[in-house]
This record gives sequence, C-alpha cells and structure tokens, in this order.
Amino acid sequence: MNILPLLQYAVVAALAVPHDAPPRAGKLTVVATTPDLAAIAREIGGDAVDVKALAKPTEDPHFVDAKPSHVVTLNRADVLIEGGAELELGWLPPLLESARNAKIAAGAPGRIVASQGIRMLEIPTSFDRAKGDVHSLGNPHFLVDPLNAKIVATQIAQRFAQLAPASASAINANLARFNATVDAKMGEWQKLLAPYKGAKIVTYHKDFPYLAARFGLDIVENLEPKPGIAPSPAHIAAVIMLMKTQKVRVLVVQPYQNRKTAETVARQTNGVVLDLSQQPGAIKGTDTYIAMMDAMIKSLATALGEAK
Amino acid sequence: MRLCFRIATMVATSVATFALGGSPLGAQQTPDSTARAQQRTLDSLTASMRALEARLDSAERLPAPAPTRTSGAYMNVSFVGLSDFLWSSTPDVAGLQRGGHEPKVRGFSIPNAELALDGTVDPYLKAFVNIVHLLDEKGETSVELEEMYFLTTGLPKNLQLKVGQFFTEFGRQNPQHPHAWAFGDQPLVLNRMFGADGLRSQGARISWLLPTSFYAEAMLSVMNSAGPTTYSFRADDSGEIHGGVPMERGVRGGGDMLYVPRITASFDPTSTQTLLLGASGAFGPNNTGPDARTAIYGADVYWKWKSPRAAAGFPFVAFQSEYLARRYDAASRPSQYPQVVTVNMPSAMLRDDGAYAQLQWGIKPRIVAALRGEYVNGDHASLEPLRERRTRVSPGLTWFPTEYSKFRIQYNYDQRRSWGADHTLLVQFEFLLGAHAAHKF
Repeated sequence: MNILPLLQYAVVAALAVPHDAPPRAGKLTVVATTPDLAAIAREIGGDAVDVKALAKPTEDPHFVDAKPSHVVTLNRADVLIEGGAELELGWLPPLLESARNAKIAAGAPGRIVASQGIRMLEIPTSFDRAKGDVHSLGNPHFLVDPLNAKIVATQIAQRFAQLAPASASAINANLARFNATVDAKMGEWQKLLAPYKGAKIVTYHKDFPYLAARFGLDIVENLEPKPGIAPSPAHIAAVIMLMKTQKVRVLVVQPYQNRKTAETVARQTNGVVLDLSQQPGAIKGTDTYIAMMDAMIKSLATALGEAK
Repeated sequence: MRLCFRIATMVATSVATFALGGSPLGAQQTPDSTARAQQRTLDSLTASMRALEARLDSAERLPAPAPTRTSGAYMNVSFVGLSDFLWSSTPDVAGLQRGGHEPKVRGFSIPNAELALDGTVDPYLKAFVNIVHLLDEKGETSVELEEMYFLTTGLPKNLQLKVGQFFTEFGRQNPQHPHAWAFGDQPLVLNRMFGADGLRSQGARISWLLPTSFYAEAMLSVMNSAGPTTYSFRADDSGEIHGGVPMERGVRGGGDMLYVPRITASFDPTSTQTLLLGASGAFGPNNTGPDARTAIYGADVYWKWKSPRAAAGFPFVAFQSEYLARRYDAASRPSQYPQVVTVNMPSAMLRDDGAYAQLQWGIKPRIVAALRGEYVNGDHASLEPLRERRTRVSPGLTWFPTEYSKFRIQYNYDQRRSWGADHTLLVQFEFLLGAHAAHKF
C-alpha cells in the first residue's frame, strides 16, 4: 500500500486549515490550575479576562487527571496561573508538554507561579519520603492566609496589566478594591476568631497551617500520619487519645477527604467534623475568594464556639 | 530583621554624628553653617526613618518573599524497579509469557529496572532518556537504551517534533512504559503484532494539535523498519510470523521506511467522564521478499469516570480496549524447517487480528481491581503455532501504598489452541525512586 500520496494530502490539509484561535475581543484567556487562583484572577482581571480553572473545586488538587481537554484549554491560553511549590507536579508537566504553547512556557510573561513571593511554611530541611509526600518547596496550601491572597493578587495584577496594557487602569482599580475588601474583611475575621486564640484543632491533611498561623489557631495533629499517607488504625488511636487528653473537639475535613474516618474519630472524642473547603465553589454560595474565606472563618468560629 | 538592623545602624550613625559635633567637614565651617548642616542631616534622617517605617509597616502586612527556590537541578532522575514472582501450570514460562517485561521462569524475576532521565535542554527542546536493565532467566544482566529522544517545545502552528528512538505512537498501550500498565503483562495482541518489547525504533514523529473545539491530534512517525523491536517488519525473528527464512533486505528508498500515522480525539461527555478514541496504522516492508509489505491497523478506546470528590484520584472506573489487525504480505520464501518442508513456501497474505478489553475499578484510595479479557487469532497459511488462536482472562488486584510503590496480584487463565489451558499466578512489587512521576492521561 502506497501511503505517500495520503501523507502529502494530510500535510497540505494541515497547512491549509487556518488554526489560530480567533481574537476574543481583546480579552486575555486565563487558565488557573485551581479554582482559588481562578477566583482571584476573575476579581483582578474583571472584564479584561476570561478565566477557567482546571481542577474541580471538590477534588484533590494534588491528583487532577491530565485530561486531553485540558491540553486544548492550555493550548489556547494567554496566561497560566499555577500554585507552584509542586502542588501540580503530578499532572501539569505532561499537559504543558502536549499543549505546546510558548505564551505560557516557564519564564514567559504568560506564566504566573503564585507561590513566588509567598513566605512558604514547612520547607523541609532534608528530602526524605519516609516522612510522606512532603513538598520540597514548602506547604502549597498558602491561599487560606488572606494576606497571601493579596500578594498573589498583586502579582496577577502586574502581569495582567503588562499583557493587557489597555486595561491596566481597570486592573489596578480591581486590585485596589480587592485589597481593600480583604483588609476590611480581615478585621472582621480576626474579631470573629479572637476569642479562640490558641484553640486546638485537628485537620485531616496538613492543609491549614497558613490559616492557623494567621489567626492563632493550634493544629495539634492530622488524621494522616504523614502528608499523603492514609490514616492507619494505630495513628487514629493515637489521635483519639491526644484529642481526649488535650480536649480537642474540632476536626476539619475538606470535601475530597475521607469524612468517614473523621466521623469515627469525632464519635469517640465527642467532637465535631467541620467541613471546610479551600476552593471557591465547593460549598454553595462561595464562588468568590472572599465568600469562600468568609464561609470558612464563620463556620470555624461557630464550631469552635460550640465546642468550647 | 534586616530592616531593623539598618534602622539601628542609621540611628547609631546619627547619634555618633551629634556626639562628634558634625562631620569633619563641619569642623572647618562657621557655627551657624554647622547648625544648618546638622539640621539638614536631622531632616534627611527623619525622612529616611519615615520611609523605613512605611516600608516596615508594609512589610508587616505583606511579608517579604522567602528566597525563591527552584526544584531539582537541570534534569529529573528516577529509577523504577520491578520484581515479579510467578507460578504457572506450565514449566515453559518463556513460551507462555512472551513479553519482554515478564517473568520467563517459575519463581522470582526482575523483569524491569529502568533509569529515566528527563529535563529541559534549552528554550526549544525537552529530552527524555530511558535506560533499561534486564535480568534474563539465568540472572544475567543486559543494558538497553530503550528510549532517547528530544521533543520540541515551541514550534509554530501547533506542531511538535520528536526525534530519536522511542516507542511508536500506535494505539494506547504501545507507547506506555510497564509501570503505567494496568496488568503485569503485555496484552496478547500487542505481543503478536509488535513482539516482546512493543513497536519501537529510531525515527521522527511530527504531531499536529488540531484547531478543533475538542481535543484532536494527528501524528505521523517515520522510522527505521529494521531491528529487534520492529517485529512485523524487518526484524530478524520475523520467521515466527511467516515460518520462512528472512532475507537480507536493505533500504532502497522511502518505501522501505516504517510509516505510522495516528489520529486521536477526546471528549468529556460529562464533567466527570472522559472519552479518548484513536485510530492508527503501521505500514512498512517485511523481510520475506524484496517487495513484501506489512500493514497493521488499530483502533483504541479509553473511557474514564472519576468522582468529583476524588481523593488521591480515587474512586474511578476506567475502560480500555484496543483492536488490531495485520495483513502480512509474505513473499515466496524458503522454510525455516528445511528438513520438513523442502520446497519454498508459497507467497501468501497472512492475516491476524486480536483485541483486549480491560476494566479498572479504583475502589477506594490506592486500591484498584481490574479484569481483562482478550483474544488473538491468525489464519493457517504459515503453519506457525505462534499465530494460532489464544484467549486469556485475567483478574487482578493492585494496591499502591503510596504513589511511589505498588503491589499487584494477578491470575491468568490462558487457552492456547495447541497447548490447552494454563493457569498462572503473578505477584508484582514495584518501587519508584527519585523524581515524582507525572503521567499522561
């Protein structure tokens, strides 16, 4: 079978079809790896951007499938915002390899690494997977500290303004408004949590140290014995003992974490399982970053109040 | 901290300036100008203090970034080690488990130990290298350069070029490495069409991401058609297919290269489901005669559902199936059993086909149950028993203690036409050292 004419046809057809995406009325096409970054990008970009998140608000952001539809999304992006600090290490590199988009290549103006500029917590001093799946660049769940959200928003605004200079003033106004809202809310949130300074809680994964540091909470233990390692019966027993002796009654889980394990522990410690999500949209009515944080702080304050 | 130190230094300097009665220059000036100079110094110090206070204030609100660290060096290094334990009802394990990364004896084997290197070469290229260590049934180690290629990162028009030695992008499983497989052995049909190690050669592949609203990619690989990993083409062991003695056949022109076109498309029927479809072909010369050719056609489907609340990627259900058909145009050739068949074997079109279908169910985090059913079949024209009908059913269970290790237990019920039924138990243990693995969908 002679396939050379077929090949020639395929190449000619490939070159003949126009395939540059049509310009979208000057809007920047922005892709964020997670919904929290997408929500901040929407606030800052406003009408100047179209924003899409790759991860679902309810799924574990460490394990997103490198679906082919994400390849297409990334191929047409002007900007990619990633959390960085190895959060997306298991799925973003193969997507980018297939997406072949120079605009969002490492180091390009269209590539925003949100963790750059953040004072990272829990940077390990040695790399040893016996300690679980520790991220070598530090804990990547930094956006639950609202001041970190401001740093990320500032970085996003600078880059958006650079890429869409015509909208720079609107972008800067959006940034000022976002920062002002965070500042105003910050006072409110600190007041809500002020009575619980030093309050002890347990979380499923090591995903709330930034929140604890900002609002003075004390995370005494995690249900995972080590990051990314499923709870073992022995560890669960130890956590139950610890919660009883230290009178810890609030147990925080995110939507994708094993609530049943948390419920078992809560039953035996007379505690409450508190559903929090770090991703806007995971809980109804929390589509913006502020709404998400608001819901988080309020339910935390309520739970800590009831557990007192 | 640094800011505090600088403020302290400035304050100390100003105090010292006052204590010493101004600068040495001031000593030569009138008392009036000295006072003015001191006032100016004071003013500028006050301004500096205010600026520093402002900076401190903002620094408190927006903490200064920690020094940026980058992960890794210029290259990711990882090592995958696979250990198997197998027991089968047949002592001829090598005849039963014909894949290159499968046990050849009853007992323990190390069927794959793979050193993988990858990284960014420069702003234009990425590169991948896979060096495989193989322990044969006698425990002898051999080293093989399995893959080594570069990939462009910034070609225009959504094109991408891959050059080197690599697993040919035909179907779904052929380009995958063993640690990404759902079972401990290669599907029968891939073994029958592409041999023990799959279809792999030296060549180039151009790929084009189509400008469609859904994912669609067209690829064409042009590769050398000779060597041990071009089984259906000019490989030395092609006698297993056609029963004859392969002829020496060089490359006379472009028609003697191997051409592998592939088109693949994907859709998300719902936000939790993904469907990936593909069609491939492989066209090249075979070594039964100077003008003999082989054509292989393939269709593949992969469907996956993943829970919207997936933890560590679980629970999920995935279905994968591939169908392949081969038309092997064998020329008249001397038999490889001259004592039995003394005349040349007549030219013939040898037809084979086969398929496998497998279902994986990620029941809860890190536990996957899987079931595979498969068949292969060939006509009788070459009298080769290796082309006879064979079916196999394999249930399996895999436990991933973490992303870096894996235990698997698998049972095969095998039915080969000339040999009858065989039962095989396969236990696998695999570890990954080094860089975090990232898998394509």
